[in-house]
Amino acid sequence: MNYSDNRLLIGSRRESPISRFRAWILFVVPLAAILFQVYMPLFFTFLAYLELPLIVTVYFALVRRSPIGGLTIGALVGLAQDSLSKNPLGMFGITKTLVGYIAASIGMSLDVEHPLIRLLLGFFFYVLHQFVFWLLTRGLLGQQVSFQTQRTLVLGVLNAVVAVTLFHFLDKLKVRA
Amino acid sequence: MDTLLNRYRNITVLLLVIFAQLVLLAYQVKNERDVRIIRMWAVTAVTPVARSIEFVRDGVTNFTGSYLFLKDAHEENGRMHKELSRLKLENQYLKNELATADRAQALSALQAHTPSRMAAARVVGTATGGNSKAVFVDRGTVAGVEKGMAVVTPDGIVGKVLAVYPTASLVLLVTDSVFAAGVVSQKNHVRGVLKGSGYGNCRVDYVPPEEKVEVGEWFYTSGDDRIFPKGMPAGKITAVRPGSPFQEILVDPSGTEKGLEEVLIVLQAVHQEIPDGKSTGADAPVYLAPPPPAAPDAENPSAGSPTGPAATATGTEADRLRERYKEIGDAQHHRFGEGVPGSKPPDFNLKVERPTPPGGTNPAAQTANSAPPVAGGPTTRAGTSPTPPPRTSVAPPAGARPAPPASTQPAAAPRQ
Repeated sequence: MNYSDNRLLIGSRRESPISRFRAWILFVVPLAAILFQVYMPLFFTFLAYLELPLIVTVYFALVRRSPIGGLTIGALVGLAQDSLSKNPLGMFGITKTLVGYIAASIGMSLDVEHPLIRLLLGFFFYVLHQFVFWLLTRGLLGQQVSFQTQRTLVLGVLNAVVAVTLFHFLDKLKVRA
Repeated sequence: MDTLLNRYRNITVLLLVIFAQLVLLAYQVKNERDVRIIRMWAVTAVTPVARSIEFVRDGVTNFTGSYLFLKDAHEENGRMHKELSRLKLENQYLKNELATADRAQALSALQAHTPSRMAAARVVGTATGGNSKAVFVDRGTVAGVEKGMAVVTPDGIVGKVLAVYPTASLVLLVTDSVFAAGVVSQKNHVRGVLKGSGYGNCRVDYVPPEEKVEVGEWFYTSGDDRIFPKGMPAGKITAVRPGSPFQEILVDPSGTEKGLEEVLIVLQAVHQEIPDGKSTGADAPVYLAPPPPAAPDAENPSAGSPTGPAATATGTEADRLRERYKEIGDAQHHRFGEGVPGSKPPDFNLKVERPTPPGGTNPAAQTANSAPPVAGGPTTRAGTSPTPPPRTSVAPPAGARPAPPASTQPAAAPRQ
């Protein structure tokens, strides 16, 4: 297996071409992730801890390597998630907008094809997502909720593992040049 | 200027998008108003998909269970095994039917006998967000559901309607960290506020240390919150810890412990009485069993009975069998326990004639058929109670299966 000659950093955008997807995939995959989160925990409660919409957002932002594209997909997925939650619209929206933007920015300088990088990014973005959401909950909604560090770290590892696996399958949906 | 914008284009767009969402958020929080149109689009788009998935899942499960497995069994085992499989399947089907009927019966019984007006609904999805405890049900404004209505099951309260859409509603569960409801304890009528913990259980806040509550005691809704009708079971206390200024009371919510499939939305709440503190609580409603048929002896009504006619009328099946064997033995001058092994036993098929009570009916059987089941009351042996059993707010279910004839077998307590 050769992941960009085992280099983790890339020198320029030319070294790692931008991945392209068909338009319907950009619509269907996030929708499926949101539906998964709405429907599957009914039967398997533990699946509620999987943040599939976040994983999908991170993936598309990373591989497309466009900050505006990343924040747009983050905002749309987040708002869709908000509209199916009990939170005011914008909580997940703002969080995922930030995540999408940062993921796309990181995607421009890191080799996001490398599984180790993907694992670390999956973990990092889960923790970042939970932290920003917690900040917004306290700061904007005034709810006195505590940030559960240990739980977040454990779930971060779980989501990172799922992210690496899911990224592998999503790679197959890329349009080949 | 153009160069500057191009240079900072990404960050500018980011700030604009976040600012727009902050304005949206501030509008909702400050005015306490929701942007219904966006949510309505999303829920209306997702609910049919969730229903379709549920329909397909149900169909696939039924198809797999009813056809494929049975077909395999048929091919492998031949006619006898096919027959066995058919019977097993039929048995399973009947069990499922019974379970479904019981669940539906419990819901319809509650719906029919509670003074509150309710609408049945089915859970079709969960709200997004790992920490949120909220579900979508398939009843909305079309069915008369409104925001703030209580959602219950026969076991207890489930939550309250947080948002309503035409074909679905979002229900905040009792276990959610922002849920709160007024409750009152069963024994000493201690008032408190039931709050979700964000996990599987709840706690009751604002109970001063001097108030007495015990582990195992039940909390019922107090009706103070004007959402839940008074007298609905909320949960059972699992732990009580002293604290200052209030006790720490953990409660296991009864409405959600068996999982959520079907729920009832309280369209019009009517308060009920809090059940008596002496009762065993909502988890173990006790039905008053009708007395078994009496078998009085004409010549000596108390013969063979250690406690006389009353015991004969209220004895168990074993008591009646023992008495019958004694009568058969007496008729053949046989004394049980005295014959050597191998000696001739008495003819147990001998019919011993019994006198018919005046009127030709069995008074005990009449009592059995007329005795009403009592839920939530103290355990009382039939026939020994000097007074009629008290009626409680939970009436016998409508359309419940008829009790077996009292003259053929003792009536059993109805299924719960």
